[in-house]
Amino acid sequence: MSSDLRLDVTESDGDGRGALTPILHRVVSRHQETADVTILALEPLSGPRLEVRPGQFNMLTAFGVGEVAISVSSAPRDPGPIQHSVRDVGQVTHALCRSRVGDLIGVRGPFGTDWRVSLDDVNSPILSGGDVVVMAGGIGLAPLRGAVHELVARAREGGGRVFVLIGAREPAQIVFNEDLAAWERDGARVLVSVDRGSPQWRGRVGLVTTLLADAGFDASSAAALICGPEIMMRFSARALVDMGVDPHRILVSLERNMQCGLGWCGHCQLGPFILCRDGPVVPYAGVVSHLLSERER
Amino acid sequence: MSESMADLVRSHPVAAGLGDDAVALLVGCAKNVAFNADELLISEGASADTFYLLRRGHVAIEVHSPERGALVIETVGPGAVVGWSWLVPPYRWTFDARALEPVGAIAIDGACLRTKALSDPAFGFAMLSKVSVELLERLQATRLRLLDLYGRTDVQ
Ligand SMILES: Cc1cc2nc3c(=O)[nH]c(=O)nc-3n(C[C@H](O)[C@H](O)[C@H](O)COP(=O)(O)OP(=O)(O)OC[C@H]3O[C@@H](n4cnc5c(N)ncnc54)[C@H](O)[C@@H]3O)c2cc1C
Ligand code: FES
Repeated sequence: MSSDLRLDVTESDGDGRGALTPILHRVVSRHQETADVTILALEPLSGPRLEVRPGQFNMLTAFGVGEVAISVSSAPRDPGPIQHSVRDVGQVTHALCRSRVGDLIGVRGPFGTDWRVSLDDVNSPILSGGDVVVMAGGIGLAPLRGAVHELVARAREGGGRVFVLIGAREPAQIVFNEDLAAWERDGARVLVSVDRGSPQWRGRVGLVTTLLADAGFDASSAAALICGPEIMMRFSARALVDMGVDPHRILVSLERNMQCGLGWCGHCQLGPFILCRDGPVVPYAGVVSHLLSERER
Repeated sequence: MSESMADLVRSHPVAAGLGDDAVALLVGCAKNVAFNADELLISEGASADTFYLLRRGHVAIEVHSPERGALVIETVGPGAVVGWSWLVPPYRWTFDARALEPVGAIAIDGACLRTKALSDPAFGFAMLSKVSVELLERLQATRLRLLDLYGRTDVQ
């Protein structure tokens, strides 16, 4: 995995600020994406913007409440401030979602591995030719958004075709609708399926895996990025392998509760992985395919 | 040159692995059909005498409720089989199937297929195995959709 943009834990900045000290950021805009997902744009109070690879995450602090891992959902190519898309599921995410423009949020990171779509990633299993299939379930599109931006831009410059397959519970829970339309305009094939339609919904109803059959990619040369709940990733990865996609060219994003984000506390261990360091993005082949299908002991 | 019915049937996933004799029996009960967008392939309550092997276009499987109107419970596309009720008494459809766009399909006469399956048990078993695979896949998918698959996962 490429690691050059990870925080160096042995260093502190000139003020003696260590890796556990958040950098203060101001909320410069907020957007209510769906009923429970808020997109926060953050600018540092001082110093440069963080450089982040698509798929990496930050630890965000809602002061007085707590700290949680949230993926960066903006793309390196985006000119504006760094963005995080937060789903309100509990205390800390609720506080983050309720923050207003001008509020301060603490940011530590970026942490973890990435989707291997950066231009300088010369050994990337994803960019070594052929079509790229991106599968996202629910808020799982947030960590993938930056990667899709990169892939679509590369496809326009002659890179492999991009297929974006989205699954959501209901039409109202589909995130980044504007991006989906823009990616489609820029040549990507975007297919969406929901579990439960609504009277207005004219699209597909069924599991995200049902989109695979008529997406139209060349499985023998394809690579895939998958992010969503683990059951969704398991069934999606298996379906891709059954179609002939090389499991070594499938990446999934595994999430466990994070504390230090630095590989120190062991909180995020899953099998042989310390996921804040070795993940969240890991290859599906080998041990991960077993981890996804076995009950944890 | 137009494709023969045998070619059409052979190109559908339901015929994968079937021998020439079995395909010929299937072809004997088949005809090529087309539907316009919004047209019903199957109508709830009607007698289930024909089912469809989809070749192109998507179809919405709908049920009706008095308060909420037509509810789409699933959409299916090329390669799918639409309709199982021809297999089991009382041979009556329990849902609507509506074309979402122009649809091309192979219509199979269910009564004709049942008769051939009874007189040729090997063929009957082969057909039942095919149908069971698709039924199982759809059942698995339905079970997964009963979970809030894209919602919260309880993380350790
Ligand atoms: C690497 C990584 C990247 C993440 N990226 C994002 C993101 O971009 N956007 C986003 O909204 N969330 C993301 N999460 C999930 C986020 O960290 C959790 O939702 C958050 O920690 C919940 O904290 P809480 O205090 O709000 O809720 P808690 O009170 O801690 O939990 C409330 C409920 O959420 C469940 N939960 C806790 N953690 C997770 C998790 N990791 N995934 C799913 N459910 C969880 C709990 O089991 C519980 O049911 C990411 C997690 C990781 C590890
Ligand atoms: S969160 Fe502490 S080791 Fe990963």
